[in-house]
Amino acid sequence: MPRTARDVVFVDGVRTPFGKAGPKGIYHETRADDMVVNCIRELLRRNPDLDPARIDEVALAATTQIGDQGLTLGRTAGILAGLPQSVPGYSVDRMCAGAMTAVTNVAGGVSFGAYDIAVAGGVEHMGRHPMGEGVDPNPRFVSEKLVDESALFMGMTAENLHDRLPHITKRRADEYAVRSQEKAAKAYANGKIQADLVPVSVRRTNAEAGETGWGLATADEPMRPGTTLENLASLKTPFRPHGRVTAGNAAGLNDGATASLIAAEDVARELGLPVKMRLVAYSFAGVEPEVMGIGPVPATEKALARAGLSIDDIGLFEINEAFAVQVLSLLDHYGIADDDPRVNQYGGAIAFGHPLASSGVRLMTQLARQFEEQPDVRYGITTMCVGFGMGGTVIWENPHFEGAGK
Amino acid sequence: MTTTAELLKGAAELFPDEVVTRAHVRHLDLPGGVGRFALITLDNGLDHTKPTTFGPQSLAHLDAAIDQVEQEASDGTIVGVGITGKPFIFAVGADLKGVELLKRHEDAYAIGKGGHDVFKRLSSLAVPTFAYYNGAAMGGGVEVGLHCTYRTVSKAVPAFSLPEVFLGLVPGWGGCVLLPNLIGADRAVSVVIENSLNQNRQLKGAQVFELGIADALFEGADFLEQSLTWTASVLGGGTEVVRAEVDRGEAWDQAVARGRAIADSKVHGAAPAAYRALEIIAAAKNGDLREGFEAESRALADLIMGGELRSGIYAFNLVQKRAKRPAGAPDKSLARPVTKVGVVGAGLMASQLALLFARRLEVPVVLTDIDQERVDKGVGYVHGEIDKLLLKGRVNQDKANRLKGLVSGSLDKAAAFGDADFVIEAVFEEMGVKQQVFAEVEAAVPAHAILATNTSSLSVSEMASKLKHPERVVGFHFFNPVAVLPLLEIVRAERTDDASLATAFAVAKSLKKTAVLVKDAPAFVVNRVLTRFMGEVQNVIDEGTPIEVAEKAVQPLGLPMSPLELLELVGPAIGLHVSETLHGAFPDRFTVSPNLAAVVKAGKRGFYTHDSGKPELDPEVLALLKQGDTVLTEEQARERVLDAVAQEIGLMLDEGVVAEAQDIDLCLITGAGWPFHLGGVTPYLDRAGVSERVNGKRFLAPGIASVPA
Repeated sequence: MPRTARDVVFVDGVRTPFGKAGPKGIYHETRADDMVVNCIRELLRRNPDLDPARIDEVALAATTQIGDQGLTLGRTAGILAGLPQSVPGYSVDRMCAGAMTAVTNVAGGVSFGAYDIAVAGGVEHMGRHPMGEGVDPNPRFVSEKLVDESALFMGMTAENLHDRLPHITKRRADEYAVRSQEKAAKAYANGKIQADLVPVSVRRTNAEAGETGWGLATADEPMRPGTTLENLASLKTPFRPHGRVTAGNAAGLNDGATASLIAAEDVARELGLPVKMRLVAYSFAGVEPEVMGIGPVPATEKALARAGLSIDDIGLFEINEAFAVQVLSLLDHYGIADDDPRVNQYGGAIAFGHPLASSGVRLMTQLARQFEEQPDVRYGITTMCVGFGMGGTVIWENPHFEGAGK
Repeated sequence: MTTTAELLKGAAELFPDEVVTRAHVRHLDLPGGVGRFALITLDNGLDHTKPTTFGPQSLAHLDAAIDQVEQEASDGTIVGVGITGKPFIFAVGADLKGVELLKRHEDAYAIGKGGHDVFKRLSSLAVPTFAYYNGAAMGGGVEVGLHCTYRTVSKAVPAFSLPEVFLGLVPGWGGCVLLPNLIGADRAVSVVIENSLNQNRQLKGAQVFELGIADALFEGADFLEQSLTWTASVLGGGTEVVRAEVDRGEAWDQAVARGRAIADSKVHGAAPAAYRALEIIAAAKNGDLREGFEAESRALADLIMGGELRSGIYAFNLVQKRAKRPAGAPDKSLARPVTKVGVVGAGLMASQLALLFARRLEVPVVLTDIDQERVDKGVGYVHGEIDKLLLKGRVNQDKANRLKGLVSGSLDKAAAFGDADFVIEAVFEEMGVKQQVFAEVEAAVPAHAILATNTSSLSVSEMASKLKHPERVVGFHFFNPVAVLPLLEIVRAERTDDASLATAFAVAKSLKKTAVLVKDAPAFVVNRVLTRFMGEVQNVIDEGTPIEVAEKAVQPLGLPMSPLELLELVGPAIGLHVSETLHGAFPDRFTVSPNLAAVVKAGKRGFYTHDSGKPELDPEVLALLKQGDTVLTEEQARERVLDAVAQEIGLMLDEGVVAEAQDIDLCLITGAGWPFHLGGVTPYLDRAGVSERVNGKRFLAPGIASVPA
């Protein structure tokens, strides 16, 4: 039968405020599934014209799929969110690019004609599920030297990337980090972030962590506005003596959840749903696991090639800041200045936090806001590095584009 | 003048074992930049199976929390105050264990006053207050929210009530006064009186909103988030809360009159709580909260110091606690699994039992009888009842299919019972027939199977005596209608072993019945007490007292129906048969009324006709009666009847028919519908001095179902 690929659009995206993982974090006593359920319900509240029965799939990512992140989260969270039982769901894992992969998966399904509308998102509660919980790496990785032993430790891979690109110094990374905090604080002051946050009720019973009882998470907990180079210079380099990677120029360990609505453009228009971004192309690429931070470079190359675009066509960048060095490696590759105004206008994960499998949709939600504000921009990308040596890039088109600039 | 803190400190000393509820104050930023907000969480530190309650120390903690937020409100550092509960529970009211310990009127008054003094502060802060009913809310839990400016409720709230009147109290921390002023007197009467007296019926979250108690309703998934977002909108001016105008005219008086009619029909004036609550609701019409709160505190103190409340708490403890741990039951680890049930007989009682076993145990149930027609009729009845459950939506189609598949009939006991673990007989009440049936069943069943009998009057030991293994026989006496009355008298026969008895109790628990262990004595508990009671009423009539006087004489017992109405329900022939049986056992105390025999002989179904729509004495029955010329007054008649009941219960306890008087009351409440609010009957007999007069001692020690000495 003849088949036409359909245009896929990003209808809407929301997230919980991100928290610091650990006993003193705001989400320490909050379940991961409840967090992502909150996001799904907020999407439905914000889009009352969408009949929930029209949702054809719920794809939710988590890196550690056990406990409150297990049990086929896409299905169970759908039921917990009150979606009709007829709406199916499944779980996705590509570590840090989990939510991004959930989006590209359902986008592929929409384009193919299998879905009209889908929910895609992710959650990672790194307090309840620390990185590496329950892993059992095959001993052949080491015995046959398939990967370097440092490949499983993300901070070490970031140090490795500094080794490979010695012109990216600790000072450059710290300067980048300070700017990220400044931009994030400014975005908050200008109300750019709050509009896409869904508040989460949080309980605390441990008095050592602060006031007890029910509270409400309404803002990102990890942010450190006012961070200076001097502050950062004094931080320890936990992954290597006299190294370059610190808690200040990397994203922390965080708890958070995101969700988005992905739809066929014609269906979104028919239902009167917003069209915030149009999907142009996406690619994932693999690199040596011990320098996983370089992953966005080949992923972006591949996506641009598939889209028939060049880097000069891209007017806005949302790059996940797992480590400053990883962002800088991409910028250097394309000859983009460290402080280029097109890059991470609202700041990034160094300020907001990076709850692994949830972050991809945060990038998209922020890019969508920037598209709306900047109709002179036609294309933007969201890109991130992924553990075990991967990168992922999605190219988006601005539906508000007025043809003025690029 | 005593401060609230001193008042509560004094009360706390009387109740050292209180499970203390903390009031945690936590601050948060409301969405939308509306401002800083203080949220109080009520939490006793235990999980949801131990609901949060209020005792004196808990009230003191809430008082201290309000001190803090009051200061912050007047300093302008917060824009509002909220109050909510731990997961699944808001708060379920006053801690009854503390109430039981109170011995002095002033201490009881202090509890009422202390609650008011703390709660009412929530209505006079410098900022609005919000209650978020996130889970179960009862009594004082409901009331603390009523003092707030606004309320939200979760759709997931399974139980919301003011159960005080049910227990013998009034909602005394603001409920009687604030609720009618919030939602109108008629709706308040429904909550305070009607639901309470309807076996403590609970409201669900959506109903709380529909009644106007809550201003907003949100789903359980993100109830608190949405409540706080709504709060931000109310405080920010985006949402205006509009409530229905309360009708303070004639409707208020009519509502109170309706409440009185409900109370009359339920407790017949025999319990004061509902009437006290209605007095306060009536007075609340003028909107004077201060006067109303004082009336509540006084009513609480009076009722706490009265026997009726103690009886209500006693009954509550019987059905909530004693019923779950039956006195004298063997260790439950001895119980054997029951994976298939046999029912001998396919008549109405047997069919009801088959339905109950299939529904609750969800194992195959086989009915047997002497011919195919009876078997088919029995199975047909059960299948028909399952269809009715399906129509009512009580079970879905899959469950109905499953239940029908479980219930079958057979003429061949050997085939039907060869792998049964539990076989109950419900055949004709005659010893020879029952012994024959048990002999046949024993030949068919595996060695471990329990043989149970639903006999109401025959000796279980005698029934077992001819078996090879009498140790596996138990009495399993249900009450009609089986699906409605919770009681199950479990009879230990002379040779019943612990494993069989433990299995019987385990089965009873799965059937969701209230099991009471009774000795193999004539007519066990309920029928013996009822028969002695009705027999004495009949004696009084037979000797010459007019029927109306005899019927009215026992009204203070608050029975669900009069003795002759009960006779009609049971059927005069059955009543006569049971009185004959007990007369056989105890000829000096149980009489057989010649008048009753005449009524039965004439084929009459009762003493009343119902042609006019209400019961009137049947002239044809009156013509049959031969009365003597001893005419008693109501008081004299009552004394005669109560003395007989007290004597019989005293003798039953001496014989060891049950472990304690508590078991008699539990049986009467759950098997005969005797009044919960009077604690069955022994608290009443103690309070009225009957026990002392007849037996020379009380049934219950002072402090049990009465104010401690």
